[in-house]
Amino acid sequence: MFQLLRDPRTRTVVTASITLGVAVGVFGISFGVGAVSAHATVLQACAISLLVFTGASQFSAISVLLAGGSYSSALGGALVLGARNGVYGLAMSTHLTGRLGTRVLAAQLTIDESTSMALAQDDEQHRRVAFWITGCSVFVFWNLGTLVGALAGRAIDPQTFGLDAAFPAAYVAMVWPLLRGRRPLMAAAIGAVVCVALIPFAPIGVPILCAALAVLVGVPAPAPIETRAAEVSR
Amino acid sequence: MSWWFILVLAAGCYACKVIGLVVLGGRVLPPVVERCLALIPAAMISALVVLNTFSTGHDLTIDARAAGVGAAVVAAWRKAPFIAVIVIGAAVTAGVRAMS
Repeated sequence: MFQLLRDPRTRTVVTASITLGVAVGVFGISFGVGAVSAHATVLQACAISLLVFTGASQFSAISVLLAGGSYSSALGGALVLGARNGVYGLAMSTHLTGRLGTRVLAAQLTIDESTSMALAQDDEQHRRVAFWITGCSVFVFWNLGTLVGALAGRAIDPQTFGLDAAFPAAYVAMVWPLLRGRRPLMAAAIGAVVCVALIPFAPIGVPILCAALAVLVGVPAPAPIETRAAEVSR
Repeated sequence: MSWWFILVLAAGCYACKVIGLVVLGGRVLPPVVERCLALIPAAMISALVVLNTFSTGHDLTIDARAAGVGAAVVAAWRKAPFIAVIVIGAAVTAGVRAMS
């Protein structure tokens, strides 16, 4: 591990991963605040972040309950959103090989941040480093943030500090390096358009799942010229 | 809040993760599936950007977040470090909100 850290590129990956964890932790505060306002105890708020550990699902469950929805509708929306972690797991499975125990543990850390950080790297070693460091730092800081938010209760308003925009800003930073080449750009544009088009009509959580259909631009086999251009651009 | 709700939610979300990574994963996939899987982050993360920027529940809105995320896009384009992109996004949003 220490030998690994001497490589400047690994250090860049580790720094970015931990930074992302801290940013998510700040957002965890607003989850803690929200959970307590939805009548969770401090212990329950912390249990949700430790055991469920997928921010979007947690937020959607809390917001449904806050809006007066039933437990089953809160559960439904959260699980639809959680389903994308299964797709992430599938994408990560070729990179995270190893003992069953390790993979069972890795599964709990398979979320937006760790997957996109890992897939943004271009070799196996850095992918694994990015996955584990991001997963662990997000886990630590998300849970710390939840505890702080749950204890602070309604005393802080995340909107005052623009914390609600910290999430999409972090996603911008994550997706930017991926947008090299025609296909990733098309997939990103189609994903965004599909999502916006569905937000007013589809149940909360569904637009994101439908956006995943944009990966179908990857179906046609790449033309030889395109392959060569992609190699040159690396 | 019911503890049962929390436990069922946790079990369901973990099941989603473990099915992808452990149960279905680790198999050699056809090239076409590989090509599509490689595009998942670009497609879904850009959707998460627009969802978290332009929506409030089922409503499409343009508010202070749009200014903040716009600033974040410029920062990412100018190759700003990761944390700078996030801080700029949050700070511009807070600033615009404070002024309006």
